[in-house]
Amino acid sequence: MIGHNTLIVLLGCAALGAASGVVGAFALLRGRALVADAIGHAALPGVVAASLIVAAFGGPARSLAPLLLGAALSGWLGLLALRALTASGRIRQDAAIGVVLSAFYALGTVGLSIAQAMPNAAQAGLSHFILGQAATLTESDAMLAGGLALACIGVVAVLFQPLRALCFDEAFARSQGLPVRWLDLVLLALLLAVCVAGLPAVGLLLVVALLIVPAAAARLVTQGLPAMLALAAALGAAAGAAGALISTRFENVPTGAAVVLAGLVGFGAAVAWSRR
Amino acid sequence: MTSPFSVEGLNVSYGGRPALTDVSWAASPGLTAILGPNGAGKSTLLKAALGLIPSDSGQARFFGEGLDQARSRVAYLPQRASVDWDFPASALDVVAMARLPHMRWWGSVPRAERETARAALNSVGLAELAERQIGRLSGGQQQRVFLARALAQKADLFLMDEPLAAVDAVTEQTILAVLHKLVDEGKTVLMVHHDLSLITAHFDHVLILARQVVAAGLVAEAFTDASIAAAFGGLPGRA
Repeated sequence: MIGHNTLIVLLGCAALGAASGVVGAFALLRGRALVADAIGHAALPGVVAASLIVAAFGGPARSLAPLLLGAALSGWLGLLALRALTASGRIRQDAAIGVVLSAFYALGTVGLSIAQAMPNAAQAGLSHFILGQAATLTESDAMLAGGLALACIGVVAVLFQPLRALCFDEAFARSQGLPVRWLDLVLLALLLAVCVAGLPAVGLLLVVALLIVPAAAARLVTQGLPAMLALAAALGAAAGAAGALISTRFENVPTGAAVVLAGLVGFGAAVAWSRR
Repeated sequence: MTSPFSVEGLNVSYGGRPALTDVSWAASPGLTAILGPNGAGKSTLLKAALGLIPSDSGQARFFGEGLDQARSRVAYLPQRASVDWDFPASALDVVAMARLPHMRWWGSVPRAERETARAALNSVGLAELAERQIGRLSGGQQQRVFLARALAQKADLFLMDEPLAAVDAVTEQTILAVLHKLVDEGKTVLMVHHDLSLITAHFDHVLILARQVVAAGLVAEAFTDASIAAAFGGLPGRA
């Protein structure tokens, strides 16, 4: 039997997977998929800092919202650092992602060891942010993550046509007077939102896989973008739910790993199907 | 009469290296070929005029106005190699993108805009391939999809970046026929081009570039052995 809390967590992870599939599809087509990896790792110092601040002010020991806010802020700082590094054109994006990702993750790891040496227990669940642990999510945590994910899908739906035009042909979109800069910013904000919403369940190391794997699988077997988005959302939702289910049944399996392995089953099927 | 397209004192450089130096030129209605050797700044001229790359100085006017005022009258056809043709879209999807400024942003493409796109595909001979994924089209067919997208913008001025580069004979004839039809309707077509053999038969005007204006005007007057030698014989500073 699935309990009420488990069901909510499953639904939250499914919503998260669906949003990851949709946002990841656009990130993939815009050549930004690995930016999600940088965001995920860059979020760690923010999570640690937020937990220390909450503890210092005697706030509730186990409250997700401030941690996610901290994650979003330091994830955004990571994006700014990425942009500063690549602005001159002398450092390529892949190199810049490597630098930002490792720098922020190292900073976060140092912060984590400091936090864990502190007497209070506020930092107890922080390590779950690295590999993800859906089983520890409360009902309201899952609803927060799921709600954020659904909001991301809504934004993509409203901006579907211009986002598609931008991803296909940036120069043409610019020549038409589309707000290209603004659309790119929205796309980055969506990536950030999905990454942050996914941190507690999937963990920062593997959140990038939830963005890339369903989208890459869907691209292999579809001809049009609406079909690709629908399939990526379905694969993401299935992987999210399956991963959450596995990790609530077997407490030692981190959710992130379970989600990614479930997603890879879909990816393998897509590769096989596309080679028919 | 106001020129459909003009640039004045345009200077563009890439990382400190000059690509265009003090280019001033006014286009006339009709079909104009923008000629010059590799690195002459032909594509750069179009991109800088459209604000796709930054200029150091100078300005472009479209029908006497700035780009923002004239944008709906200007169509742009980028180089075919500038996009990923594996993109999940049909030929019709791509052509319909031309109608984006006249559409709401969510949902599917409205029927009227879809019909405009279909008519444009029809006029480049691709009506039957409208639903085909663009990656499954030949290079020439892809080039015609790009032309159809520019046509669907229903513009008065067309800026085209090498639409005849590496295309098959059918595509070349189709494109030239479409361009002549546009000119007959009073439109202005500026086309970056590299093949000197078609100029006398098909074009009204030339602009010959070698980082600066070498010659410009009617084909009979400006397309001379001397100006071609000056442009193709060697770029300034390279000998």
